[in-house]
Amino acid sequence: MLDQSDSYVTEDGRTIGGVVMEMKNITLRFGGVVAIKDISFDIREGEIRAIIGPNGAGKSSMLNVISGFYVPQEGTVEFHGKPRPQMRPYEVARQGIARTFQNIALFEGMTVLDNVMTGRLNYMKSGLLRQAFWKGQAEREETANREVVEKVIDFLEIQHIRKTPVARLPYGLKKRVELARALAAEPKLLLLDEPMAGMNVEEKEDMSRFILDVNDEFGTTIALIEHDMGVVMDLSDRVVVMDYGKKIGDGTPDEVRNNQDVIDAYLGVAHD
Amino acid sequence: MAQMQSGAAGKLSLPALLERNVSEFGDKPAYREKEFGIWQCWTWAETAKEIESLALGLINLGVNEGDFIAIIGGNRPYLYWSMVAAQSVGAIPVPLYQDANAEEMAYVLDHCGARFVIAADQEQVDKVIEVQDQLHQFEHLIYLDPRGLRKYDHRTLHEYAHVQEQGRAAHDEWIDELKARRAKLTYDSTCVMLYTSGTTGKPKGVVLSNRNIIESAKNACEFDKLKQTDEILAYLPMAWVGDFIFSIGQAYWSGFCVNCPESPETMMTDLREIGPSYYFAPPRVFETQLTNVMIRMEDAGNFKRKMFHYFMAHAKRVGPNILDGKPVGLMDRLKYALGNVMVYGPLKDTLGFGNVRVGYTAGEAIGPEIFDFYRSLGINLKQLYGQTEATVFITVQPDGEVRADTVGVPAPDVEIRIADNGEIFYRSPGTFVEYYKNPESTADTKDPEGWVATGDAGFFEDETGHLRIIDRAKDVGKMADGGMFAPKFVENKLKFYPDILEAVLFGNGKDRCVAFINIDLSAVGNWAERNNIAYASYQELAGHPKVLASIQEHVAEVNKSVAADPMLSGCQVHRFVVLHKELDADDGEMTRTRKVRRRIVEEKFDDIIAALYDGSSEISTTTEVTYEDGRKGAISATLSIIDATLAPTAQNNRVAAE
Repeated sequence: MLDQSDSYVTEDGRTIGGVVMEMKNITLRFGGVVAIKDISFDIREGEIRAIIGPNGAGKSSMLNVISGFYVPQEGTVEFHGKPRPQMRPYEVARQGIARTFQNIALFEGMTVLDNVMTGRLNYMKSGLLRQAFWKGQAEREETANREVVEKVIDFLEIQHIRKTPVARLPYGLKKRVELARALAAEPKLLLLDEPMAGMNVEEKEDMSRFILDVNDEFGTTIALIEHDMGVVMDLSDRVVVMDYGKKIGDGTPDEVRNNQDVIDAYLGVAHD
Repeated sequence: MAQMQSGAAGKLSLPALLERNVSEFGDKPAYREKEFGIWQCWTWAETAKEIESLALGLINLGVNEGDFIAIIGGNRPYLYWSMVAAQSVGAIPVPLYQDANAEEMAYVLDHCGARFVIAADQEQVDKVIEVQDQLHQFEHLIYLDPRGLRKYDHRTLHEYAHVQEQGRAAHDEWIDELKARRAKLTYDSTCVMLYTSGTTGKPKGVVLSNRNIIESAKNACEFDKLKQTDEILAYLPMAWVGDFIFSIGQAYWSGFCVNCPESPETMMTDLREIGPSYYFAPPRVFETQLTNVMIRMEDAGNFKRKMFHYFMAHAKRVGPNILDGKPVGLMDRLKYALGNVMVYGPLKDTLGFGNVRVGYTAGEAIGPEIFDFYRSLGINLKQLYGQTEATVFITVQPDGEVRADTVGVPAPDVEIRIADNGEIFYRSPGTFVEYYKNPESTADTKDPEGWVATGDAGFFEDETGHLRIIDRAKDVGKMADGGMFAPKFVENKLKFYPDILEAVLFGNGKDRCVAFINIDLSAVGNWAERNNIAYASYQELAGHPKVLASIQEHVAEVNKSVAADPMLSGCQVHRFVVLHKELDADDGEMTRTRKVRRRIVEEKFDDIIAALYDGSSEISTTTEVTYEDGRKGAISATLSIIDATLAPTAQNNRVAAE
């Protein structure tokens, strides 16, 4: 379905395919405030695509547009080459898009395992009654889904907290649990909203490794927002830079790093 | 038991024992590993198949007889299999510590000239790749967990499962070769080579033969009556001789099941789920568990806490006697039985010790009250004394003769001799063959008659025949009156108090002993908080009169127990000082493994030692310290020197006469 004609292989041997999602002239307003102004960019299959920018640049709004939570007043979002209609969150999830949140949004009183299982809700078809009585289809489904969840738990190395209520976990681990829940949905496109925010160096290193491994092992396309420039430059294949709702740069980390507008935005220059 | 051993006649290698296990109890579990949240199980028959296909794959890859195969990783069935697979093809397995850094690994890999390395995961593979240029004989690397390794250069890199697959594919081609190689193994073939951690100098490769491993395993299994139905949890480093004996030697001899935890972090949960019947842990593990229990009991409700303390007090009184089968009154037994239902049983279950029939601790001295706590619960915890060169067992405590201060009687078939200077020598079927490529060290340690020097000093108690370890032989000295000076003996007694972190005893060649003491900041700080004692620094807390008073009490208690010892009663602490700084590896006062460097401490604080001996009541001193970033500073302090209460000696120094 995708146009594979311009796919290429990266230096480290990953295949980057055609365009999965394309933003065309997106403008998003909240009343009189223009959060995003006429932005266009695309996300290719299998790549790690970062959106960076100073505080208030509109990064999270952009991610919410990608996830379908915000509907832009102008412009179109094309998914797999077709304009995407307005959708409810669960419809987005069914299309293979999963996300994590900047401010962790887990069920604090539930165990890690239960939290991650909620990532499988879209794969559970049996009705309430069947699930309550744990019969037939419900039992088979639960087993199959648990298997997927256990593989994710193994992958993210959180076996030791499997049965721990989320509220008791430190921040860095909660972030990892949130990633686990997103991965349990077996997404094609994974959206990460500041996955390293508030982490110490070691936790950042761990998280970076997990992001790279997810991309490498499952071929998941990843779009992430991040503050930490160093992390972004090391992880990403391509970077979009936003400032005051506008796109000021787009390209490989090296291109972006040498872009004068980007340097100005980060080092700060007087705005008129 | 008899039936089990009958099949072992003439079985002179681990692959041969494996064959016996398959024919005698092929459908019984041999290995379990928790993965993906479920305990996966392999029977002996399945294990043999896995090992065979790996062995065929190794031949297919070009492993020759006599090659060394290094094995690096955590406790996983696959890695245990690879050891026996290596043996089946006539190669020698060399398990390495997985937390070793790349340079340490390079030394060992180069020293044994390993042609093949079997590594658990990307982390270990990376370390080997980092140093592979220094390794001239290294050729192939086999990895277990493919995660993150897909993009690596696969010319010399092989996935474990693929090696097995190729082995299965080449079954007809190599099976005769494999059988021929297996048949060549004798009792004198090398079974495994283990590197000793080496506190001084480079690690040494200890070569152990099939005889060493199988005889030691057999003796130990018979000593503790281990059966095919026993269960152990394999969680200690595979490179350590103890794990090799428990998880391979004894497991193959008895045919019991080896359970591998899901990850090091889940060990406690896995321990509970498995409930092993045979268990080993260093004292540190028991200490940590006890501390956790106590902290949680402090947080528990009033009723539960009172019940806990009430029944624990009873257990402390009668528990060990019941365990040892000594006479205990009916009422006490009934009360103990009630306690078992209310407290001991649930507690043991929580700790994962519900099924433990035999538990061992070794490695360092264990605090008597920690030891007694577990025994009073009815857990048969015992001590053993051993080392790599002896294939673990030198002495063990028989059931019913267990004490915290001895290490037991000579293990079956072990001969022990005490030299004039107190050093312990032993000779046994487990005595190692040699240090690999190091004839000088071999000759230094093992004499032509097979006696091996342990480097530890000790003596046998007359009444019980139990061995007591006093200290490292090189640290043992003589007092001016000829009595024995064994600093560690006294220091350990002091360190068993939670508020004493470290103690250093001086007195070699002097007429009396004096001591340095370091307080434990977390324990004393906690105490200060509870008693509303304000302090601004470590130094201030260490010099607080109330702290000094409580330390003085501890020293008096220790003196009492030292005085009761016939040989070491001269080692009572006459005067002591609580130091104003913690002894620290950064200042060179300790090794990185937290062992005190006596000579350096003695030189550095010579002014304080002088004051301890000259009778002054305080000393002003300035000490240079090194901060973590390498900068230097100085701490000045005036320390009070405290006279300790001495206890009357029970009898005259017996040692003087020896």
